[in-house]
Amino acid sequence: MSVTNSGLKEKKVTHRNKVLTKRQKMMKRLFMRFDLYLMLLIPIAWYAIFQYGPMYGLQIAFKDFNPAFGFAGSEWVGLENFERFFSSYYFERLLWNTFSISILSLLIAFPIPIFLALLINEIRSTTLKKTLQNVTYVPHFISVVVIVGMLDLFLDPNGGFINIILSSIGVEPIPFMEKPEWFKTIFIGSNIWQTMGWQSIIYVASLAGIDPQLYEAAKMDGASRLQRIMHVSLPGILPVIVIMLILDIGQFMNVGFEKILLMQNNLNLESSDVIQTFVYRNGILNGDYSYSAAIGLFNSLINFSLLILVNHYARKKAETSLW
Amino acid sequence: MKQTVKISDGKTFDVVVTLITVVIILIVLYPLIFVVSASLSDPARVINGEMFLWPVGFTLDAYAEIFKNSEIWTGYRNTIFYTVFGTIINIGLTTLAAYPLSRRDLPGRNVFMFLITFTMFFHGGLIPTYLIVQDLGMVDTIWAMVIPNAIATYNLIVMRTYFQTSIPWELQEAAMIDGCSNIKLLFKVILPLSKPIMAVMVLFYAVGHWNAFFNALIYLREETLYPLQLILREILLVNQLGGTDAAGQFGMDEKILLGQSIKYALVVVASVPVLIVYPFVQKHFVKGVMIGSIKG
Repeated sequence: MSVTNSGLKEKKVTHRNKVLTKRQKMMKRLFMRFDLYLMLLIPIAWYAIFQYGPMYGLQIAFKDFNPAFGFAGSEWVGLENFERFFSSYYFERLLWNTFSISILSLLIAFPIPIFLALLINEIRSTTLKKTLQNVTYVPHFISVVVIVGMLDLFLDPNGGFINIILSSIGVEPIPFMEKPEWFKTIFIGSNIWQTMGWQSIIYVASLAGIDPQLYEAAKMDGASRLQRIMHVSLPGILPVIVIMLILDIGQFMNVGFEKILLMQNNLNLESSDVIQTFVYRNGILNGDYSYSAAIGLFNSLINFSLLILVNHYARKKAETSLW
Repeated sequence: MKQTVKISDGKTFDVVVTLITVVIILIVLYPLIFVVSASLSDPARVINGEMFLWPVGFTLDAYAEIFKNSEIWTGYRNTIFYTVFGTIINIGLTTLAAYPLSRRDLPGRNVFMFLITFTMFFHGGLIPTYLIVQDLGMVDTIWAMVIPNAIATYNLIVMRTYFQTSIPWELQEAAMIDGCSNIKLLFKVILPLSKPIMAVMVLFYAVGHWNAFFNALIYLREETLYPLQLILREILLVNQLGGTDAAGQFGMDEKILLGQSIKYALVVVASVPVLIVYPFVQKHFVKGVMIGSIKG
């Protein structure tokens, strides 16, 4: 009995020692890396204040925000702000504009960089290829203010070059920037001009990663170059296309509103007013904080839900996803 | 025999490819060339449609007016300051976050990564962010231009990916066994090996600062703090739509024509610094996008 007892004791002691050393090891691990945590301190503080702070502040969407009482001290009003928005005169217009601009962008602007990358991949002359790439990257570096300024100049009814061309074929000058019916075309068209080159980079890179033997094999089987694009190139970059699509859909409601804001004027508001520009006008300019925060939350929630939905769907159907 | 047939079949394809390529190059280049030429031309002849590609009635009047304008100079000076100062803060904070998070032996790093990545997909939005910046007393100070956007999460992830994939882990372990502290490791081993990614990051951030206008629009009231893009917005867009003539800015109400060519010249003056740097750094930019794409 006693023997086994002492044996047990011994076991207990060694076990406790092990626990201690494990804990010590853990402490040592943490201590050895305390300077890594020290480095993280400022960035984490920044994330806490400027990323998670606003998330905490979103509670004012359900409150009647009073700057004197701060986020936490303001009075709860439930869903009042949301109800006000949903029954607002502007609700339908904002939703329609945001949705239609986004869907049109996905349908028209999204495939163009893919097409451009496939084109770049097919160019045989290195000089021509490099020229096309470098030229199409340039507009990416021009600021939105300048782009919209250029649009204003080119589309000016008095002497903008587009209207000069129109009048030379007998069409009356059109004040494009003031016409609601032209807004979306101009917005998406200039977006394509500015971003297609830059966005094609990722597709070009992934095309370069396709095994050349696949092309050889397709060639042996008698596939034409167009067929090789359809059956080798496109499937090869499909995962990247899916990822880019998911990322774009995650921004569905944001629709590049900084540029829209610059292109907006009282005359085209009917088709250029989107949720984000409405938030800017009501929140920043008019100081209607709670109401605007509620609209912003509505916007973010749609984005986030779409992202999760599309990611889930892509994982099931295309076996590619963000997480 | 069959082979030759196929090659000639590819020839028509090549012609079509070349044709489309040339058309795209022209579509992208023409507006750019037009702006430069218009800024150097007699504005009356531009408005009459006499100018197609190269300047007609060469003149530097528009540029002379711009150089006389003190607002534009102030804007330029502010933008250079925000770009330099802001980029230094960006690089500092991004490195401080990216390096520890690249270390596989950092306890809890997945939690940090999740919290950081999450902010890419969900954020508090414009109004709460504005209220916090206002609460911190940053409105109408230079801090509003450099602190609220101190870290771009996408860039952070790109830099972390680079640290993880391009710097051998064995090298870091060896340095640690030699008794190198983590901070020393960062400065003596990691950073000297990371020049390419640092170049990319500096360029990403700097171009972002140079072209940004929205933060300035919401946070700055004081005109002497305005960056160039905000001044541009006033001259190019606001005045025109507001009905007051753009030329009034320059104290010459009759010369609306000159006002028009000043706008062309402004577009050039605002974009030239970035476009001059562009050819030198173009390779780096492309590299940055590709490193980012590894991670998806």
